[in-house]
Amino acid sequence: MEKKRYERPHLVKLDTGMPSKAGLRGDSPATTRIDGVQVKELIAKFGSPLFVMSEQTIRSTYQKAFKAFSTRYPKVQFAWSYKTNYLPAVCNVFHQEGSWAEVVSGFEYDKALANGIDPGKIIFNGPGKSAEELKKAAENGSLIHIDHLDELYLLTDLAGEMKRKPLVAIRVNMDTGIYPMWDRFGFNYENGQAWDALNKIMLAGKLELVGLHTHIGTFIMSATPYAVAASKLADLALGLQQKFNHNIRYIDMGGGFASKNTLKGSYLPGADTNPSFDDYAEAITTALVNSGFKPESLPLLILETGRALIDEAGYIITSVIANKRLSTGRRATVIDAGVNLLFTSFWYEHPVTPAQGFSQYREENTLYGPLCMNIDCVRDSINLPLLNKGDSLVIHYTGAYNLTQWMQFITLRPNVVMIDREGNTHLIRESESVNVISGLEKTPDYLKHVK
Amino acid sequence: MKINENLAISESGFLFNPSTGESFTVNPIGAEIIEKLKVGKSEEEILNELHDTYEIDKKSLQKDLLDFNQILKQYQLLEQDEETSN
Repeated sequence: MEKKRYERPHLVKLDTGMPSKAGLRGDSPATTRIDGVQVKELIAKFGSPLFVMSEQTIRSTYQKAFKAFSTRYPKVQFAWSYKTNYLPAVCNVFHQEGSWAEVVSGFEYDKALANGIDPGKIIFNGPGKSAEELKKAAENGSLIHIDHLDELYLLTDLAGEMKRKPLVAIRVNMDTGIYPMWDRFGFNYENGQAWDALNKIMLAGKLELVGLHTHIGTFIMSATPYAVAASKLADLALGLQQKFNHNIRYIDMGGGFASKNTLKGSYLPGADTNPSFDDYAEAITTALVNSGFKPESLPLLILETGRALIDEAGYIITSVIANKRLSTGRRATVIDAGVNLLFTSFWYEHPVTPAQGFSQYREENTLYGPLCMNIDCVRDSINLPLLNKGDSLVIHYTGAYNLTQWMQFITLRPNVVMIDREGNTHLIRESESVNVISGLEKTPDYLKHVK
Repeated sequence: MKINENLAISESGFLFNPSTGESFTVNPIGAEIIEKLKVGKSEEEILNELHDTYEIDKKSLQKDLLDFNQILKQYQLLEQDEETSN
């Protein structure tokens, strides 16, 4: 006789308190396939845990964002934020769609060059550029966004030795009505630092001022501050026009758009409450169009959106190592993907769905990763079906920052695959081996032998 | 292990403890275990019967039964004398 499908015995006490007005259904459907490919097959072929990137989602999200801006403003250019996810396969999907590159270090700059992008389409941001890096970028005709006066002076000095005039913008920080104000990057608008830096550039004449840049913060859950920021940059640009008869080529509004993730402590899911690309586009483009620019001299609008373009395209497939009960009676599940792979679990309540069908029974769970460290908690509290050892789960919205901020801590990092638009799976980063890590380590001779 | 004999359990998995007034939901296999306990089956018998019926290895089943027993204890669904003797 064929045996019946097993489910763990489960009993839960019914509480008859006041219903929660923020109560939401916790029974998300199972994710048995990603872009048509069976999760089971992916695990069998590439192991668990496994990062999965969806090319289709990257492209459709990019197209949605581009459409939101380009239908409202005549000249729009996206620049892919390398720090968000700099796997070459991912970057090149964005470059194929038309994105430039936005980098914040010499390492990222070299990655962009290696990806084959025209150096003139690389924006070099960040507070930590070395003299060599600045020189290289300037001679290549890349767009250098100056962060502080020391960099401005250094680049001005270097410009004397160069064959071509460095193309520069300054980064401007400002009060847009949000907290915290990111005043650690760039020159302040309100206290006149920004205008002072612009005067220095224009009067020295050694650098070619081509743009103005701001990046007001991260995961901004309202579009209005972007309108304030765009107005303030437009004001600086118009001031340059009036004082120096100089037209800048572009205004770069940076990034910071929220993805569909839910910040920890939020009342409602981010997917329902965070602004859409249309909301951000409406705020920014309306502010620019309504500023004093003549229609024919509107500058190019550059956007460096990272997170909102890639978060939804990333998944982590993970498997249950064990389930246990804590001293309070609470259920805990140990999975094979922890904060070493999912850095963003410190910020978000990532949606997690089972990768196989279950009954309607759910229990509240704490999801722990495999690390022998107390910090390794992926979800403090989540309703999940009755999981058994070996069952699989899919963690959603993991495309941003995890593949750059993941840690080689305690264990090695796993395979990363991309599913293309035809449903073919490509390995885009191989899992690490102990030799990859120990190959970089050196042991002095006298420490090579342990008695 | 002896279950509180006064427990009322419906076919749909609704469980009522008349001595405390508390209500619970239990999944089908949980209800099956409670019914077996009610008719006085031993833990060993229950383990073997469930293993014969369900697609599960004996060690995992044993671990889950132990856990279920803890939950029954936590909610005071076992007979008092039995519970204190454990």
